[in-house]
Amino acid sequence: MSTNGHGNLPPGVKLPIYMDNHATTPVDPRVLEEMMPFFTGKFGNAASRNHEFGWEAEAAVEQARERIAKLVGATSKEIIFTSGATESDNLAIKGVAEMYREKGNHIITVVDEHKAVLDTCKRLEKYGYRVTYLPVQKDGLIDLEDLKRAMDDKTILVTIMYANNEIGVIQPVAEIGKLCHEKGVIFHSDATQAVGKVPVNVIKDNIDVMSISAHKMYGPKGVGALYVRRKNPRVQLAAQMDGGGHERGMRSGTLNVPGIVGLGKCCDIALNEMPQESCKLAGLRNRLKDKIFAELDEVYINGTMEHRLPGNLNISFAYVEGESLLMGINDIAVSSGSACTSATLEPSYVLKALGAGDDLAHSSIRFGLGRFNTEAEVDYVAARVIETVKRLRELSPLYEMAKEGVDLKKVKWAAE
Amino acid sequence: MAYSDKVLDHYTNPRNVGSLDKNAQEVGTGLVGAPECGDVMKLQIKVNPETNLIEDAKFKTFGCGSAIASSSLATEWVKGKSVDEALAIKNTDIVRELSLPPVKIHCSVLAEDAIRAAITDWKKKNGVASEQPAEKAAH
Repeated sequence: MSTNGHGNLPPGVKLPIYMDNHATTPVDPRVLEEMMPFFTGKFGNAASRNHEFGWEAEAAVEQARERIAKLVGATSKEIIFTSGATESDNLAIKGVAEMYREKGNHIITVVDEHKAVLDTCKRLEKYGYRVTYLPVQKDGLIDLEDLKRAMDDKTILVTIMYANNEIGVIQPVAEIGKLCHEKGVIFHSDATQAVGKVPVNVIKDNIDVMSISAHKMYGPKGVGALYVRRKNPRVQLAAQMDGGGHERGMRSGTLNVPGIVGLGKCCDIALNEMPQESCKLAGLRNRLKDKIFAELDEVYINGTMEHRLPGNLNISFAYVEGESLLMGINDIAVSSGSACTSATLEPSYVLKALGAGDDLAHSSIRFGLGRFNTEAEVDYVAARVIETVKRLRELSPLYEMAKEGVDLKKVKWAAE
Repeated sequence: MAYSDKVLDHYTNPRNVGSLDKNAQEVGTGLVGAPECGDVMKLQIKVNPETNLIEDAKFKTFGCGSAIASSSLATEWVKGKSVDEALAIKNTDIVRELSLPPVKIHCSVLAEDAIRAAITDWKKKNGVASEQPAEKAAH
């Protein structure tokens, strides 16, 4: 990868810099260490009841189950292992929809959910379910009044994410869950981005079903979990995978023991380190934000800063196109809300849902800070971003027009 | 996505960035694209009234790296050409020169449109009739 000729790097900075921790995270060495024995020596099938190999694997799985449960305020019997958050979302939504079909056919979700939720809901619409897609407000939060109004006597499920993967905005989960419980509706939350980053407690947050992923919290890819509440109310799911009846019949398939051990260790680390880590991340994130805002005009934060994941920063740089910005900072791994490379040329549906104009949606960068980012890296990233935005604005006819006082909204563009 | 070396070169060292006086008689300005679509190009030419050759060209582009490279290349190519020669530049020439992938072909189309728009503006200012039926941006 190119270093863009930046020969004199500050100490502690190695290129490329990874700052895309909402996409995935590296495995924490402590996690890997605990997983290793379960690939070779302790390779047993956790479902083997007749020998030491199976018992050993089962004990490790049960320890992991307890660690996960402890982190989120559940009991270990309420944790089901899956292949990841996408499967967990599918199992939760399809499983509830099928199980409670007699009770109703209405599902409520939000327009800026992850595709694993939105596309699952879309599929259910084809099978006769009715889905309401709630809007979000300008700050990324839903309006609880909208949710209240959307509920009717056919509503069986509300599925709303804990924290958004693009803008990091944390929804008022506890209030949502409370509303659901008052109406006897099951509440599922995709907490992929939240678990391990902010305090999540299924009791306080009134969550009935919750999706968890390992690789967003310094664990391996290919393993996740689903919390399924066992009392007040007891939630039942129709299995979506048929087979040997593993995981109390809810998810057949031989357990991914090393992965599960890894997920358990992630939760154990998070339980101990979350307070310091989230404080550190928020500090680094704010440092990045302050440096950028000190040097550049017309930059906008997408989503509220008040209810937000500590490591998330999503900024639109007016008059600069996102992909060209990424190209200019190609020694830094971040994500753009502009999907110009895809065939649709559509900017992020999440940013559009906030009511940001398409032009600003095209100009956004998502910074995802994580456990292994340093202050030196933040300073380097800030400097590179500032320098590149300034350079691209020199190149931008829109910036020139805006500086001349032209109202870009009133220009009749040739391509329309 | 991987960019060709030529796209990277134009992105890193864009040629002829800047603006000409859009009110000058010998300057033609083309502004094409739209912010909502993620691409806007401004391309300007300065035509020598005696030789009728394009003696200077400038651009500014809001868009991805391929859009910046396409417009940078376009200014390089039109310089020194007559207006008619410049009109003969096709977007496919730009695609070939920059090795643009299929998803970036629209960038080359926009650059061709920008050249045509600049020339049309110059012709209008200078009372030069278009030889062919008025060329319109292909949208």
